[in-house]
Amino acid sequence: MAHQNQGPQMLTANRLRDGDVLYRKGDGWVPMLADGDVYKDATSAESALAAAMAELTRNQVVAPYLFEVRDVNGKIKPVKEREIIRAAGPTVHPHTGKQAGQVNA
Amino acid sequence: MLNPLVKPVDPNMYRYDEFDAQFVGERVNQFAGQVARRLSGELTEDQFKPLRLMNGLYLQLHAYMLRIAVPYGTLSSKQMRKLAHIARTYDKNFGHFTTRTNLQFNWIKLVDVPKILRELADVEMHCIQTSGNCVRNVTADQFAGATDEEIEDPRPLAEIIRQWSSLHPEFVFLARKFKIAVGACEQDRAAMQWHDMAVQVVKNDQGRIGYLVMAGGGMGRTPYVAHVMNEFVEREDILAYLEAVLRVYNQDSRRDNIHKQRIKILINTIGPEEMRRRVAREFEELKRMGTLQLPREELDRITAYFAPPKFESGLSDTIPDAGPGFADWAATNVHKHKAPGYAIATITLKTPGQVPGDATAEQMEVIADLMDQFSVGEVRVTHEQNLVLPHVRKQDLPAIYAKLKELDFAAPNAGLITDIIACPGLDYCDLANARSIPIAQSIAKKFENLDRQHEIGELKIKISGCINACGHHHAGHIGILGVDKKGVEFYQLILGGSGAEDASVGEIMGPGFGEHEIADAVERVVNVYLKLRQPGERFLDAYRRIGMAPFKDAAYEKEAA
Repeated sequence: MAHQNQGPQMLTANRLRDGDVLYRKGDGWVPMLADGDVYKDATSAESALAAAMAELTRNQVVAPYLFEVRDVNGKIKPVKEREIIRAAGPTVHPHTGKQAGQVNA
Repeated sequence: MLNPLVKPVDPNMYRYDEFDAQFVGERVNQFAGQVARRLSGELTEDQFKPLRLMNGLYLQLHAYMLRIAVPYGTLSSKQMRKLAHIARTYDKNFGHFTTRTNLQFNWIKLVDVPKILRELADVEMHCIQTSGNCVRNVTADQFAGATDEEIEDPRPLAEIIRQWSSLHPEFVFLARKFKIAVGACEQDRAAMQWHDMAVQVVKNDQGRIGYLVMAGGGMGRTPYVAHVMNEFVEREDILAYLEAVLRVYNQDSRRDNIHKQRIKILINTIGPEEMRRRVAREFEELKRMGTLQLPREELDRITAYFAPPKFESGLSDTIPDAGPGFADWAATNVHKHKAPGYAIATITLKTPGQVPGDATAEQMEVIADLMDQFSVGEVRVTHEQNLVLPHVRKQDLPAIYAKLKELDFAAPNAGLITDIIACPGLDYCDLANARSIPIAQSIAKKFENLDRQHEIGELKIKISGCINACGHHHAGHIGILGVDKKGVEFYQLILGGSGAEDASVGEIMGPGFGEHEIADAVERVVNVYLKLRQPGERFLDAYRRIGMAPFKDAAYEKEAA
């Protein structure tokens, strides 16, 4: 059975034309996790995902999904290692990815 | 070219004819049209995904990843320079050589892909069938055409299989991916028995050359070593036989469960004897029709592309004395060549601390220069994520070593404990559960001392970041599998696997170790080997003799009984 997210969540996707990782903010998308919206309850998270899915026909982003986050000393951090790496970039190439201020656009 | 004094050399390898050029050009145009239709919204992502996968384009953790085919691992210097150019122009200045002997770029933009494919086509390269449920890039022994151990160069057969399987109308939508390897030696450097199908050049009792065909090997969730399907297939019948195997697989394999769709599951469900019977029936039918005979003249035509280079005579057959660092490198990274005065040189992309298989654009360009200067313009990519200069004069080895030192690619560790296979893992891969590369780096740093590496001897560590096993963990003398436990990375140890001619499936030790524990656990396992081994015994031999228990006790730091 698929893991059910619990607690606060964020919504991510990839931009269609270049694959860049994006985070949902309002009705749009931003490149940095720190700038994205945090959905404090499942209802608002599911609602944001439903809106993003409905927008797929605009062909701006692909593969949207929700992931869990938590507050660590006032900063929002993903719960899973996978999302930490996705938000920052490869741990083995710190000169690449968003950790290096790079947007793949 | 970095060195203006270097003259490009055209190696003896397959060259596109008019048909090939047209075929690849049409496929590029076709995919460019599909990309345009996707960007305009004419194609949905669900419609586009299988099309992009058929062209080697994945959507990974950070961006699109493009996988470029390197058929049977053979690259010309011109192609290597093109890969460097693509790395610099369209990616982040580096590429990653994979266990399928392909090259992957990790930061590709969808809008750039048509341009990249056109650039690749200019140097007779493509990405066709590097993904999807089809016959994937055919791999081969990296010493093919250079070693004196082989019956004949297996690459002409690999090229024929590549041509036969490229967009083969019957096998474009198989139940799952299908991987083929070829070799021609008793020593297996291509992990043949781990393939869906493998073809080994053999001689029968009458001295006639033919092919031994194996099928049903594979890694992933359910690892199996291949079964022999036929011990001797005549040359002219080989395509008919391979087609028969694939036809039985295509017709009889399950399509209802993604975990049970590989040929290994079919063969191990119905049994190898029944599989042989079904294949024989199809084979007889194909032979009766006579449409898939491989004409001798066609085999000769393809073989001519791979003619051995003109080796110089009268060369010294001694490796020069060029200092202790060079001697160490020559001891592990230089192998016997069939021509007197020549050697095969392995460039391990594994200096401790490096990302296994990664090369920057500048490193690729210097290697291209080395290929032209010293190895008739040719290099081979290995499934162990290394490169091989197949035809170098022994007298040139010190100059090659000096240049590799400048590149930080002169680690004298081929086949040793720091020559580690690692998949991209969670640093890049959308499917991964855990990182592989940092674990490879930490183990390599732990065993960096060369004297210690030599004391340990041959020991193959292979690391995968998920059960799909791109890092071949089942075939490692020490395998490591990354798993996810509630979002945290853990690593299982697997002992006793082999990807060589003594192929075997490794055995899982037990519960996983944390990210910061696994390298120490490997060290404790190695220490048990050093303590208990008998003279001349490799790690794998010792494990097979004494079994898991003492290694397990040490890994989990239990007191020996």
